Amino acid sequence: MNIDAKNHGYTELNKTIRESSEEKFELDNVLGQRYIGAGLSGKEILIHGTPGNALGAYLNGSKIIVHGNAQDAIGDTMNDGAIIVHGNCGDTTGYAMRSGEIYVKGNAGYRVGIHMKSYQELYPTIVIGGKVGDFLGEYQAGGIIIVLGIGVEGTPVGSFCGTGMHGGEMFIRSENAPKGLPKQVCCNEATDEEKQTIRKYIERFTKHFGGNTDELLSAKFYKLTPNSASPYKQLYVNN
Amino acid sequence: MAIEFMNPLFEVIRDSDRCIKCRVCERQCANEVHKYDADLDKMISNEMTCVDCQRCVCLCPTHALKIRPNENQFRENANWTHQTMDEVYKQAGSGGVLLSAMGNPKDLPVYWDRILLNASQVTNPPIDPLREPMETKTFLGKKNQGITYDENGKAHYDKTPYLELDVPIMFSAMSFGSISKNAHESLARAATELGTFYNTGEGGLHRDFYKYGANTICQVASGRFGVFKGYLDAGAAIEIKMGQGAKPGIGGHLPGMKINDEISRTRMIPKGTDAISPAPHHDIYSIEDLRQLVISLKEATNWEKPIIVKIAAVHNVAAIASGVARSGADIIAIDGFRGGTGAAPTRIRDNVGIPIELALAAVDSRLRDEGIRNDVSVVVGGSVRSAADVVKAIALGADAVYIATSALLAMGCHLCRSCNTGKCNWGIATQRADLVKRLNPDIAAERLVNLVTAWDHEIKEMMGGMGINSIEALRGNRLMLRGVGLTQKELDILGIQHAGE
Repeated sequence: MNIDAKNHGYTELNKTIRESSEEKFELDNVLGQRYIGAGLSGKEILIHGTPGNALGAYLNGSKIIVHGNAQDAIGDTMNDGAIIVHGNCGDTTGYAMRSGEIYVKGNAGYRVGIHMKSYQELYPTIVIGGKVGDFLGEYQAGGIIIVLGIGVEGTPVGSFCGTGMHGGEMFIRSENAPKGLPKQVCCNEATDEEKQTIRKYIERFTKHFGGNTDELLSAKFYKLTPNSASPYKQLYVNN
Repeated sequence: MAIEFMNPLFEVIRDSDRCIKCRVCERQCANEVHKYDADLDKMISNEMTCVDCQRCVCLCPTHALKIRPNENQFRENANWTHQTMDEVYKQAGSGGVLLSAMGNPKDLPVYWDRILLNASQVTNPPIDPLREPMETKTFLGKKNQGITYDENGKAHYDKTPYLELDVPIMFSAMSFGSISKNAHESLARAATELGTFYNTGEGGLHRDFYKYGANTICQVASGRFGVFKGYLDAGAAIEIKMGQGAKPGIGGHLPGMKINDEISRTRMIPKGTDAISPAPHHDIYSIEDLRQLVISLKEATNWEKPIIVKIAAVHNVAAIASGVARSGADIIAIDGFRGGTGAAPTRIRDNVGIPIELALAAVDSRLRDEGIRNDVSVVVGGSVRSAADVVKAIALGADAVYIATSALLAMGCHLCRSCNTGKCNWGIATQRADLVKRLNPDIAAERLVNLVTAWDHEIKEMMGGMGINSIEALRGNRLMLRGVGLTQKELDILGIQHAGE
């Protein structure tokens, strides 16, 4: 179904999509409408324009493709599905997402993958093509975040990367490791073997946005994991 | 061995004439206070680990046991009390942050006890609830103001989702993890039977309890544990937890060792991993951001569920509540500084936040002044201990109250304030299977129903005495309240007159 989103609010758009028996939707002239696809299952939405905040919040198994930039909090508490952004996106991308995948061609803002978690077979993925802001993977509890730094000079992540990280893993394609990592995070140059574990995600990235998987994988990656030897355990005494 | 500076807090008094050495006390005590010594052929006590939960006392078949405060006290000092000194010793011995459970036990003002209710005499007769209709049903949500009429004169309103409560009392948020599965089941069943609601807390909803969804409030907190579409759809309302009265401004940390199979499945996190709830929601820095979370939840649930925003009662609570009312939330829940908790740093619990009575009065006045009181309902918690507290809260401006400590007491809790140890002998605040099974949901649910039913009768009697026959007519009716022994400033904030005025 083709929908001209011009002058239509988010409630109307979501209602149309939710109540329609069709599975595929193409939205034109999207300009800042928030919450598109919130909690949605079993649909595919192609967006032309700039969707507003909280795109695909609580997404539960739909696919959203954005031809344009996305704003803040895409995939907030997402449980399943895919969000593919042919552009940049804003802060708190994938906040607390539990499964599914987010692919962004360009850059992303602050707090990407914050409190992302995994459970049993649920394992979320975020792949960012360019660079990200501060607090990447803050409180990360599971899943995988990959930052490719394509066309970026210097380290493609901001400050305070991995603050509070206690699960999951991050791969950062960079000549140098992120600076100022907390002691609760281990950072090593990824071995060839470890790089092969992310090949499938890079392949999906290049399939969406173009590029050469082998060439991307041939560069240096740093792998970040929680340092279980140095937990956050606050020392308490019962009172 | 280093000298232990502290004394046991309690003495175990065992009447040897009565004790039959049946060893019930030994089997019942998860703190391992009681032990049978075969050589001496008598029961002995390790009082150091006693928390005064009264389990052994209640189960001793011959009433041979008493637990008393230890008479041995440090030299009396009004400034350096025994407790204050003990805390210094504890921290000097461990280097740890003091951790406590349940609500603030300090001797700070309880305003409920300084407020008195009115009754009718002579000119405005009281109503007898035994023979005249008396309504304690209440509705939570936006009160619709716009009514339009069609050409046939039929009224139409924009209906927004609401909660319908048969009694103005709900069970406040307690997560599965902080309390046991049997405790959750008891609350769920009691809420269903009473026509009211219980609250999942931030630990997700156990798969066995989806059937109680019509009487469930599903909480969403910063950690988003167990939050997915099915969970959001399961309950009658969704509560966003911004703060908690016992620990305003800080998050939670359920240690990995407490994440067993069931809790792992319910929170949807791996077994044995830490469950960290950050202090803030990292996507909320403003009322506009809060609005985004409120509306995203409404969009995700097709605008079918009322959204509650729960905040702790703090200094600027009236301004904060005004912002929350404008965020699109349907209900504001305010939690006072005496509210309970499964674990909170002692210093936070005892020193942060303000009394719910003052917070409630300030919020209700502010929302009225700004003309937005009907845009939201107000629910208050944080130590509502009796039907009288409920009536006073409603007269101060609340639509309904949340109770939790009272509910735990109904199930058998004796307020030993040791929930954080996970060794609750009453089977409430524990995940140990041998302890959990001590709480029988059939009995606990019945006791909860008894409690709330009794309070409902008392509410009706107090309302009848005032000549009021509905919650609607009592709400915000501060003329029914008078203060005793309060300063003018306190009376001004409460918006009530002094007794005799």
